[in-house]
Amino acid sequence: MIEVDLAQSSVRELNQRLHRIGPGDNEHHWQVVNPNGAHAIAVGLTAPVHIEIRGHVGYYCAGMNAVATVVVDGHVGTGLAENIMSGLVRVRGNAAQSAAASGRGGLVVIEGDASARCGISMKGVTIVVGGSVGHMSAFMGQSGALVVCRDAGHDLGDSIYEADIFVGGKVASLGADCVEKEMTPADLDRVAALLGCAQIAADPERFRHYGSARRLYNFRIDHAAEY
Amino acid sequence: MCGIVGLFFKREIATPALGSLLAGMLSQMRERGPDSTGFALYGDDAPPGAFKVTLHGLGIEYDWASLEGELATAFPLTCRAQPYGSHAVFTIVADPERVFAWISACHPELDVFSFGERIEVFKDVGRPDAVAQRFGLAHRAGTHALGHTRMATESAVTTEHSHPFSTGADLCLVHNGSLSNHNRLRQTLQREGIRFATDNDTEVAAGYLTWRLRQGRSLTEALEAALGDLDGFYTFAVGTRDGFAILRDPIACKPAVLAETDDWVAMATEYRAIAILPGAAGAEVWEPLPATVYSWHRQ
Repeated sequence: MIEVDLAQSSVRELNQRLHRIGPGDNEHHWQVVNPNGAHAIAVGLTAPVHIEIRGHVGYYCAGMNAVATVVVDGHVGTGLAENIMSGLVRVRGNAAQSAAASGRGGLVVIEGDASARCGISMKGVTIVVGGSVGHMSAFMGQSGALVVCRDAGHDLGDSIYEADIFVGGKVASLGADCVEKEMTPADLDRVAALLGCAQIAADPERFRHYGSARRLYNFRIDHAAEY
Repeated sequence: MCGIVGLFFKREIATPALGSLLAGMLSQMRERGPDSTGFALYGDDAPPGAFKVTLHGLGIEYDWASLEGELATAFPLTCRAQPYGSHAVFTIVADPERVFAWISACHPELDVFSFGERIEVFKDVGRPDAVAQRFGLAHRAGTHALGHTRMATESAVTTEHSHPFSTGADLCLVHNGSLSNHNRLRQTLQREGIRFATDNDTEVAAGYLTWRLRQGRSLTEALEAALGDLDGFYTFAVGTRDGFAILRDPIACKPAVLAETDDWVAMATEYRAIAILPGAAGAEVWEPLPATVYSWHRQ
């Protein structure tokens, strides 16, 4: 295992080392210590590496991640795994706002709470939150799934297109054009599978399903007040 | 942008390292606010019956000794003036209103940056390391402190427009964001007797809290009322003689992070400012909820 101490080297040096990993390289397991809230740690990874970050990190950690596994043993700042393409990003603490924003694929697991706008404009990413999410989560979600084990804040799924939202606790309010949908046996299996992938213990039977009513796809004057 | 920091020790006695820790926190926020830096320190109490006033004079070498002589002929001073270049702290036994009237009549060139039993406010244009050094922040003890690094959007880059703003006894406020209804609200508050020194939006928020506290509201109640009366974007950190509070607007676009240990509570715009504190790695860390007042008080 390779250890990088961010008290000794810069984030830029770390990220450049990670970007240089090519096919056939054997540097698969990395540990980063002393992150001290630094921004943009482990951004833009394209190699199948496993990175453990010991401590709290700043903004945009693991942004644009592809293939790699990034585990943060602490709190993450704004914009975790923004635009994630694939791979796994796991946070053992809480996440600040806009986690997994615009994510196109992969799995983002937040074991604690995620703040406002979790999964904003999600485009295929799967997000599993062990705690609660803040307001405007899954805003304008286009595809993918957001699984929230506890509660969701106001305006959940506002202006959502086609993403699926599953909430195990209470929803403060639904956003424009977001409605509760039937929890089919297939949905139940899907939630169970996602919780399993995320290694989060929760009873799938508790979850309710929310998604788009599809009334805002085209402008209709009858719905002007909804926009 | 702008960076705000706050550090509140839970024990009653002053912590010697408070100033050096706050200087370290401010230094981490330098990129967020290169225009000016300011901080409020809650240190030693003034003697019973007296209050401390932080004055700002033109230039870095204002003749504070001469002013002290003049002040002493008008009011009893309980200890020597504490000069810090362009700022000085005086401890005076008098009704604060009489002192303010004397200052505006005899020395209108002076600004009152704070007054109260415990508060001292220092602020100036420049980056945090330079401003902290200018005022000897690293050597100051205290129970709690707030700081701000400013990237100006609403009003001019001057010492007077820097944060923190203090409009009432021992109360101060730092702000990341911008208010959109401050002009109208300033007029309303002026009619209620609140005085403003600048056209800055944040000063109106500080004045609003002063007004609510004068009505007998608690700090938490005043901040809850602010949610209905202030329009705009804000993350506020507020200090009182014995308390510390945080409030974010309902949309909560402006970042904030809180951390708490058995010994202290810290707030910052970014976690890296908290990372320098002793015990930070083991602290509980979370993003404060929108439209929710967080407050801590010593009894």
